[in-house]
Amino acid sequence: MTGDAAASAVENLASCHDCGFVVRLAAGAHHAKAHCPRCRAPIHRRKPDSLNRTWALVITAAMLYIPANLFPVMTVISLGKAQSDTILSGAIYLLVHGMWPLALIVVFASVVVPLLKLIALAFLLISVQKGSSWRPRERTKLFHIVEAVGRWSMTDIYVVTILVALVSLGNLATIEAGVGAIYFAGVVVATMLAAESFDPRLIWDQARESSG
Amino acid sequence: MKGTARCPRCRSVLYRRIPDSLDRTLALALAGLFLFIAANAFPFLALKMQGNVTHTTLSTGVKALYEQDTPFVASLVLLTTIVAPLLQISSLIFVLAPLRLGRRIPGQARVFRLLRRVQPWSMMEVFILGILVSLVKLLGMAQIVPGIALWSFVLLIPVLAAASSSLDAEWIWRRVGLAQ
Repeated sequence: MTGDAAASAVENLASCHDCGFVVRLAAGAHHAKAHCPRCRAPIHRRKPDSLNRTWALVITAAMLYIPANLFPVMTVISLGKAQSDTILSGAIYLLVHGMWPLALIVVFASVVVPLLKLIALAFLLISVQKGSSWRPRERTKLFHIVEAVGRWSMTDIYVVTILVALVSLGNLATIEAGVGAIYFAGVVVATMLAAESFDPRLIWDQARESSG
Repeated sequence: MKGTARCPRCRSVLYRRIPDSLDRTLALALAGLFLFIAANAFPFLALKMQGNVTHTTLSTGVKALYEQDTPFVASLVLLTTIVAPLLQISSLIFVLAPLRLGRRIPGQARVFRLLRRVQPWSMMEVFILGILVSLVKLLGMAQIVPGIALWSFVLLIPVLAAASSSLDAEWIWRRVGLAQ
């Protein structure tokens, strides 16, 4: 088989996003409504509209990230005094109290991870749109890291939930969830959906076209 | 099929044959079901403050968040700590138990597809980190006593992780899929 014939044979193959079954699609029918013969999931050669969807979710998450860090995630009302905590001040509290290993984890999970995720996804999107063939293997690895670490951002949401549950029933203090928590939960959901809608094979499509 | 198949381009594992996958995964899923029930039925954490003891269960926080008018956050916590793990365990049993008995029942393929969708939203290990941080924040303010449910929850995490890694999805698909 010549290089061209091999490339076009691969071109018409699609692997199911749900069960991994490999299907040969009719030539030129990439956007037809085909279904996986094994599991009935809609089948596409690449995730549909991946770049637009991922951009939309990344931009949404970036906009939510600002109020998520500005507004308090929780307010502690104790003996008539109210004290509000943002994501960052919550981490600083741990640092001040000498819990620096935990503080580092919290700063990493709630400040660094969402930001890193947004920057990495934007970088991957731009590199795909520019048709870059630069280090596809490393860029794929970056995507898999982004996909794996994102969940740890939920830590702060859980802390608020647990503190609210434990303390709101006591007599001396109450803890209330703040608006920041809602925005922060929005950031986590939007970045998770963004990672899910990005198709890492787009990185390799460009790499092959430029090398071949 | 045996051994491991890797992508020639990015070296990721495409397929790995897992020995005794069905028995191991089903056993772990059943163990997971019992731990999940224990994690939800017993007290999770107790708070001792000024002589008062308050018991909470896993769902107390979700309820409190609903009452504080943050239903979105409450739903997200409910989804990631209770609904997703339960769907993960029950769909595994639903797909694997009939196969173990040499049977096929309608809906297995659909449920197995659901499992893959649900997995990223099951975040129990992150919840444990949340508990650690909360304990540190409450130091000096109150005494926290871990309950049976917390230990069940802590055990559930490695059990479910082992279940996912012993699952041979391709092997299952070859048996529950519609076309071969």
